[in-house]
Amino acid sequence: MGLADAPRGKAVKPRGSAAKPPPDGSRPLPGWRRYWPMYTAVSPFFILFAVFGVFPVGFSVYLSFMSWDGIGETRSIGWDNYAYLVTDSDFWQSIGNTLIIWILSTVPMVFLALVIAYALHTAVRFKAFYRVAYFVPNITSIVAMTLVLGSVFSDSSGLLNSALRAINSGGVGWLSDPWAMKVSVAAITIWRWVGYNAIICLAGLQAISSDVFEAAKVDGANNRQTFFRITLPMLRPVILFVAVTSTIGGLQLFTEPQVLFPVDDNGNVGGPGGEATTIVLYLYQQAFVFNRFGYGAAVGWALFLLIAVFSVINWRLIGGRDEDAIGTGKRKGKSRAR
Amino acid sequence: MRAETAARSRTIVGHAVLLLGVLITIFPFYWMFVMASNTTGDIFAYPPELVPGPHLWENMNKVFDGIDFWGSMGITVVAATSVTFLVLLFDSLAAFAFAKYDFPGRRVLFWIVLATFMIPMQLALVPQFVTLAWLGWVGSLKALIIPGAANAFGIFWMRQYAQGAIADELIQASRVDGAGFFRQWWTVGLPVLRPGLAFLGIFTFFHIWNDYLWPLIVMTDPGKVTLQVAVQQLNGVYTTDQSMVIAGALMSVIPLIGVFLIGSRHFIANLAAGAMKF
Repeated sequence: MGLADAPRGKAVKPRGSAAKPPPDGSRPLPGWRRYWPMYTAVSPFFILFAVFGVFPVGFSVYLSFMSWDGIGETRSIGWDNYAYLVTDSDFWQSIGNTLIIWILSTVPMVFLALVIAYALHTAVRFKAFYRVAYFVPNITSIVAMTLVLGSVFSDSSGLLNSALRAINSGGVGWLSDPWAMKVSVAAITIWRWVGYNAIICLAGLQAISSDVFEAAKVDGANNRQTFFRITLPMLRPVILFVAVTSTIGGLQLFTEPQVLFPVDDNGNVGGPGGEATTIVLYLYQQAFVFNRFGYGAAVGWALFLLIAVFSVINWRLIGGRDEDAIGTGKRKGKSRAR
Repeated sequence: MRAETAARSRTIVGHAVLLLGVLITIFPFYWMFVMASNTTGDIFAYPPELVPGPHLWENMNKVFDGIDFWGSMGITVVAATSVTFLVLLFDSLAAFAFAKYDFPGRRVLFWIVLATFMIPMQLALVPQFVTLAWLGWVGSLKALIIPGAANAFGIFWMRQYAQGAIADELIQASRVDGAGFFRQWWTVGLPVLRPGLAFLGIFTFFHIWNDYLWPLIVMTDPGKVTLQVAVQQLNGVYTTDQSMVIAGALMSVIPLIGVFLIGSRHFIANLAAGAMKF
C-alpha cells in the first residue's frame, strides 16, 4: 500500500513492527522507539527546509507589504509594492524579455537536440566520444563560458563580426541591438543545454523497443513515416521532460545576461535599454543593487505566479504522470490513453 | 546492394552532422585557449589571431595579481566538497528510510519533499538573505554550505535508486543479525547505493562549483568570494584586458573538465536514466 512497495510488491517492516514480531520473540516496541531512527534520518532535510524554505517564504509575504532598504526601519505600505509592480514598465519589459529569450532558445534547442539524438542513435562508432563532447558545455562554468562567448559576440571586433566582415557583410550589434542581444543570450543557453537535451532524447530513443520498428518495416513503412508516426509519438514523454525543464530553467535565467551585460555605475542591468534584463536579473537589481528588499520580495511572488502558471500547463500536458513519479505503480490506464 | 549503399550514405550524413555539431560545441573551449594565450590587441585586431600564442603564463600571472585566485579557489573547493559530503550523508539517510521502511506519515512527508523541489529558489532569495543576515552568516562559508546541505532532488533520486537496488532480503538478514536502522543504512544501504551516490556527488559538486547567483549575494566581502564571482569581478575591473580575463576563466574551468573527463561515462548514463524515470 505504501510508497515503497511498488517495485517488489512488499515493504520491509521496521524492526519490531506489529505485523511481524522480532525474531527474539519479544513484544513490539512502542511507537517512538520503533520509529525514531526513520524520523531522525529524514529530519535534516525538513529542518533545513523549515529554516531556509518555509520561514523565508512566509517572511517574504510579510516583506512584500513593506518598504525596507535592508538596514533601516521597515515601514508597512500595504499593497503599494504590488500596485507599483503592475504599472512598472521595467518589470513588464523583463517579463517580455524572459519570454522572448526563452522561445528563441527553446525552439531551436529542442529541434537540434532531436537531430543530434537521432544521428547519435544511428551512429555506430565513436558514440562515447560524441556523448562526452556534447556534454562538456553543460558541466563547465556558465560565468567563464559566457565571458568567452561574450568576446566572440563583441560588437566592434569580436570574432563573429570579424568573420562577417571577411565575407563583406556588415557586422551585427550582438551586444547593443535589442533583438541581437536576446539572440546572443539565447545562443549561449542553446550552446550550454543542447547536448544535455540530446542525450536525454537519445536515452528516450533507445528505450523504444526495436520490435516496434521491425513491425513498421514489415508493414512497409518508409523512413519518413516511421519517424513521424512512431519515433516522434513515442518520444513524447521525453520531449515533454525537455520542454518542462527548459521552461523552468528559462524563467529563472540570470547568469548569462548578468555576465554578458554587467551592472553599470548607475546600477542598470541587462545592457543598453535593459533589453536583456530577465525577471531574476530584475529581482536581483531591485533587491541587491538598489536595496529595495520589499519590492524585491513582491517581484519574487510575481515570478512564483508565472512559474506556477507554466507548471500547471506542463502538468496538464504530461497528464497523470504524477502517480508514477512517486512510484505508487498505479497507472491511470485507459483514462490516460484517450 | 542498394540498401547497403543507402545505409552507408546515411551513416556518412549522420557523422557529418555529429562532427559539425561537435566542432561548434568544442570551439569556445579552443577559442578560450587562443584568447588566454594571446594579447588582447592580437585577438581584437583585424584579422584576429586564430591560433594559440605565447602569452599564456603572462596572462595567468596577471590574474594572480588581479584577484586572490587561490583564496577563491580554496573557498570554492571547501564549499563544494562540504556540501557534497553533507548532501550524500543526509540524502542517503532520508532516501533509505523513505525507500525501505514504513513509518507513520511517510507518504505525506515524501509528498512534501517532492513539492519543495517544484518551488523556484529565487522566490525566497530576498528573505533567505535576510534570514542569513539575522543568523550572522552573511559573508561566511556557512552561508554557502548549510542551506544546501540536504536537497529534495537528491532524496527523490536516491530513493528511486534504493528501491531498485536494495533487496529486502538483505535488510531482513541484517535485522536478524540484530542491526538497527543506522547500522543497516551503513552496512547494507551505502555499499549497494555507491554508484548512485557517485552520480549525486559529482552532480552536487558541479552545481555548487558553478553556482553564481547565491554566492554573488551572500559573499558580500569582495576579498572573500567564490571562483565564479572572482572571475566576474576580474571582468568588471579589467574589461579592456580580455585575454587576462579569459585566462582567469580558463583557470576556473580546468579543474571541472578534469573531474568530468574522469567520471563522465558514469555520470552521463545516470543523468539520462534519471530523466527517463520522470
